Amino acid sequence: MSTMSTPRIRLPGSASEGEEIEIRTLLTHPMITGVSSDDPRDMLTRFEARMNGETVFAYDFENGSAANPTFTFFIRAAAPGEFTFTWTHEDGQSVSAEESVSIS
Amino acid sequence: MTRFLTRRQFGTLVTASTATLAMPGILRAENAGRLLIIGGGFGGASAARFAKMNYPDVSVTLVEPQTSFVTCPYGNLILGGKRELSDITHSYDGLRARGVDVIHDRAQEIDADGHRVTLASGDVLDYDKLILSPGIGLRWNAIEGYDEAASEVFPHAWWGGDGSQISLLRAQLEALPEGGVVGLAIPDNPFRCPPGPYERISMIAHHLKQANPTAKILAFDAKEGFAKQGLFEAAWAELYGDMIEWIPASADGRIMRVDPENKLFISEFGEEHRVDMGNVIPPQYAASIARDAGLANDSGWVPVEPRTFEAEAARDIHVIGDANIGAPMPKSGYIANSTAKTAVTAALAEISGRPAWDDPVYFNTCYSHAGEDYGISVAATFRLSEDGIAATPDSGGVSPSGELSEMARTRRLEARYADAWYDSITDDMFS
Repeated sequence: MSTMSTPRIRLPGSASEGEEIEIRTLLTHPMITGVSSDDPRDMLTRFEARMNGETVFAYDFENGSAANPTFTFFIRAAAPGEFTFTWTHEDGQSVSAEESVSIS
Repeated sequence: MTRFLTRRQFGTLVTASTATLAMPGILRAENAGRLLIIGGGFGGASAARFAKMNYPDVSVTLVEPQTSFVTCPYGNLILGGKRELSDITHSYDGLRARGVDVIHDRAQEIDADGHRVTLASGDVLDYDKLILSPGIGLRWNAIEGYDEAASEVFPHAWWGGDGSQISLLRAQLEALPEGGVVGLAIPDNPFRCPPGPYERISMIAHHLKQANPTAKILAFDAKEGFAKQGLFEAAWAELYGDMIEWIPASADGRIMRVDPENKLFISEFGEEHRVDMGNVIPPQYAASIARDAGLANDSGWVPVEPRTFEAEAARDIHVIGDANIGAPMPKSGYIANSTAKTAVTAALAEISGRPAWDDPVYFNTCYSHAGEDYGISVAATFRLSEDGIAATPDSGGVSPSGELSEMARTRRLEARYADAWYDSITDDMFS
């Protein structure tokens, strides 16, 4: 597999209680299926976002998933959150990023 | 007189009406209809000239605030040191000599039901048919912090105006410290002149290669690809080595905020890029006069009937140029010129008794200068289909690719074709 790149995350550092916050993530990855070229397969299998240990958003990649997967999703900030974002490769390796949102 | 009767003039002209009645020539001209054109750019100037040449009895009035026209095409060549502002500035005297009544004022408000337009001066013009070619508006603050004041620090140079924006960009380029960083922020589609930002990158590099060879160009893009990408990227590698770095959205190239005071571009994921000078090409929509008249849809652009360019939202208003939704045709000067003629023909069909074209063909070539004697192009023709306007299969294409050593003659020829295109189209607008 190619080296897993550093994830990019954007979310507000703080939110008011009950506010809907936008979370954007981007991982640069070629997502090569190996179907349409001689390049060896190099695909992510899953993206998962956890808030305080609980999965709040997940996506399973398929052959139709484009390169450089980007996700934008919204979450209601009911309590301070410790977020973990994890991208898992088909070969089992993964890369993670952590961010926190405080309630002001 | 060919000027429309304005409300302000009405009182003073009452006494002259009997004299007018005694002049059958003028009476016939008035009966032949009043075509009002708003905007004196590629769409509007082309429409005015075409209308006067082909429908000499029709009274043609053109409203344009600028007293001379600075073209966006070839503006980038000022950055490359290959043209001066005077080379791309055009007078309206040629249109006047043809009998077009050119009024230098700003159209403020359209009353579609009443068929009249109010100007900034307060004058009111009545029309039978209106050609609206107002160009683009810039979406100030769509990129946070990028407003009109910020454009004095980070020029957009994305409309001709009085030439001050492109002149400012050129002056900043000349003042760039040795080894300095030039940042560009390029918008998502649709926007005016799809290959324009990339020709601009090329012309900036062309200047820097001679004047400041250790300088760097960072081109931040909200897209994943662009017009003539393969040709541009090959040219950049051949001519400018590693001076240019193009950063697509997937590499966090989308600029969300600018800080002119600290000369910062801030990306979607919060990265701060310090630049020595910046060219911000912001997201766009149709110019305010079209939006204020209720002609645009939620996209900010104006939907039009593809055969006549009549606005879907109003009768007798034909919207041409960058303000309309003409996809798959690009927002280019050439398309504005090409569609102007169909719009005039359609607008004047009833008045003139000459039918509108039932199978119009639209032409577009976008030439770009990538370096000295280095021209590339993309060309297409468009026709009506069941699904609206469509590119004619196999009607165009892009310049051939290949090593410069083998392609030098083709590139040089295309640069000359580009110069010839510019001379021809500005003749077709202003001569």
